[in-house]
Amino acid sequence: MITGSAPWRGTAWAVGKLGLSGRTLVIAIPMLWLLVFFLAPFFVLGRISLAEAIIARPPYTPMFERGPDGSLEIIASLENYRFLLTDALYRNAYLSSIRIAAVSTIFALLIGYPMAYFIARAPEPRRSLLLLLVILPFWTSFLLRVYAWMGFLRTNGVINNMLMGMGVIDQPLVMMQTDFAVYIGIVYTYLPFMILPLYANLTKLDGALLEAASDLGASPVVTFFTVTLPLSLPGIVAGSMLVFIPAIGEYVIPALLGGPDTLMIGRVLWDEFFGSRDWPVASAVAIVMLVLVVAPIMWLQSVQNRRGAD
Amino acid sequence: MQKPAIAADTRPWLSAGAQPFISVQGLVKQFADFTAVSDVDLDIYKGELFCLLGESGCGKSTLLRMLAGFEIPTQGRIVIDGEDMARVPPDRRPTNMMFQSYALFPHMSVEKNVAYGLLREGLGKREAYARAGEMLKMVKLEKLARRKPDQLSGGQRQRVALARALVKRPKLLLLDEPLGALDKKLREETQFELIKIQESLGVTFIVVTHDQDEAMTLATRIGVMKDGIIKQIGEPHEIYERPNSRFVADFIGTVNLFDGKVDAVAPDLMRIETAELGPVLLPPQTGLTRGQQVWGAVRPERFALSRQKPDGAHNAWRGVVEDLGYIGHMTQYRIRLENGRLIRASQSNRLRDEDPISWDEPVWISVQPAAFRVLTE
Repeated sequence: MITGSAPWRGTAWAVGKLGLSGRTLVIAIPMLWLLVFFLAPFFVLGRISLAEAIIARPPYTPMFERGPDGSLEIIASLENYRFLLTDALYRNAYLSSIRIAAVSTIFALLIGYPMAYFIARAPEPRRSLLLLLVILPFWTSFLLRVYAWMGFLRTNGVINNMLMGMGVIDQPLVMMQTDFAVYIGIVYTYLPFMILPLYANLTKLDGALLEAASDLGASPVVTFFTVTLPLSLPGIVAGSMLVFIPAIGEYVIPALLGGPDTLMIGRVLWDEFFGSRDWPVASAVAIVMLVLVVAPIMWLQSVQNRRGAD
Repeated sequence: MQKPAIAADTRPWLSAGAQPFISVQGLVKQFADFTAVSDVDLDIYKGELFCLLGESGCGKSTLLRMLAGFEIPTQGRIVIDGEDMARVPPDRRPTNMMFQSYALFPHMSVEKNVAYGLLREGLGKREAYARAGEMLKMVKLEKLARRKPDQLSGGQRQRVALARALVKRPKLLLLDEPLGALDKKLREETQFELIKIQESLGVTFIVVTHDQDEAMTLATRIGVMKDGIIKQIGEPHEIYERPNSRFVADFIGTVNLFDGKVDAVAPDLMRIETAELGPVLLPPQTGLTRGQQVWGAVRPERFALSRQKPDGAHNAWRGVVEDLGYIGHMTQYRIRLENGRLIRASQSNRLRDEDPISWDEPVWISVQPAAFRVLTE
């Protein structure tokens, strides 16, 4: 049904003549965006990953070539993928990335959940202020904030100086260029992405449910684990995804805070592209990473759909 | 035929020595700048179905929430079965509550909802689910045990909430507007079902409601609340027939109120002088002095309408039928007296076939002295 003012109706009629409904049109715009800025580059990447590195410009073999008899040959090989699977470096880099991202996600959840919970339970005027404080770090550059952490963590940094000044330690702690620093950097940076979806979920939690649980004999701790936590599962999933996915491919934090042993796929990618100038292998690395990230999301989606269905 | 006697122990509030099961003493609840409940005393006996009745904001819900343990009283005691519970947290009280919104756990099936309280008591899974199943059978929901709350109708959800609150066999069940979300027809059926369940289990119920019909139907006794105070406690017929204030008289049902002054008090008769009805004769009432300001209250159905002046009636006035509403079992009249005062009267329609009194007819309205209730506040 078409309602609304005359100009809108006119447009709708014109669009309708082209065989398009308003609904298709509304969906078409983001679809077009994704097509141009995501899917097309993705295919370019896929195509490069099937080529071979050469010293040329661009530094990979063309996909189509004229054979000696003038026929068109398609040159594509999965050699790069085979290489990724056999070389331990890449496998370790993937595993290490997943581990660092997973551990960071767990810590972000453990820190973010109570914060989100208390913001959601705070009285209304204070709630907006607390939310503002959560978002506030976004107002300065991400890079600056990571550099600020370097000032805190390094041997002659704020934390070491303070602890030594108080006499807690004699020798400065080595924190910079360790996995520990990388965890701190990732958890710190992505914490708001954990808090915001959790907050959105927890504010919707009906207080009467908590009262009902306590009325039925559940202590506050039992109430939390039997009512609050299961009901906030969608928020936990959303927040964890928002932390885990970018953390896997994180490049800047391990590069600035991590040490030589910190192996993450983002760094490997950088080295392949700019160090070795091996675009095909780098492209294959990127595609595999994408698959690694997309697979758990699709699985979660299907689990949630199934749960919604029954 | 002999009238069946009402057993004395079903109305323990009538006997002087009876021990109340729940005793609320000097209960006060103050929020930042407003007193929700001020100095409430209330005794409730075992097996009662007590209704707290009042408009929204009168403090009835706050009182209920203090009984459940969700609000800590500013002052006063809540004694349940001999123990002061005023500061005991809700999970350690022998009370359960049925919430107005039902507050069913959306992530649990019906049977899990009902078994939840039993599992918290430390009961084994097998026994908890068996007892939950029995309870669901009682509320006729055993077939829907595996459904989630959002797959149920409003009436079904209401019964799940009731089953969940009753399954722990609480000493006291608190019900916050238990029928408020149901439509009229379902509400009327459910009222009687609720009474039946309450009687068969012998659990003491306290029901909060703003619906006077519901309170009248359900309650053994009613407490009428206003501004954080219980204005009157009594059985439904007492509240209706013998209200103790203009507020209660007006809140429960319809009433005609007349300002007046006590004019003469004799041993067998009393006269009050009203501005709008002139002198009115009624049976004497103790505690009234000559010249005291009083209000006369008459229920609409207590007026008799007739075309001729009724014989020997002292309290009879002339008027004209200004409006009438026929609603089946009775007809409501609005009668304008000669001095301009509008009277609400209603007549039962048992005799409706015989040429009923109609619009614009001059009529006599009269009232028996005993039907006139004198109020002093």
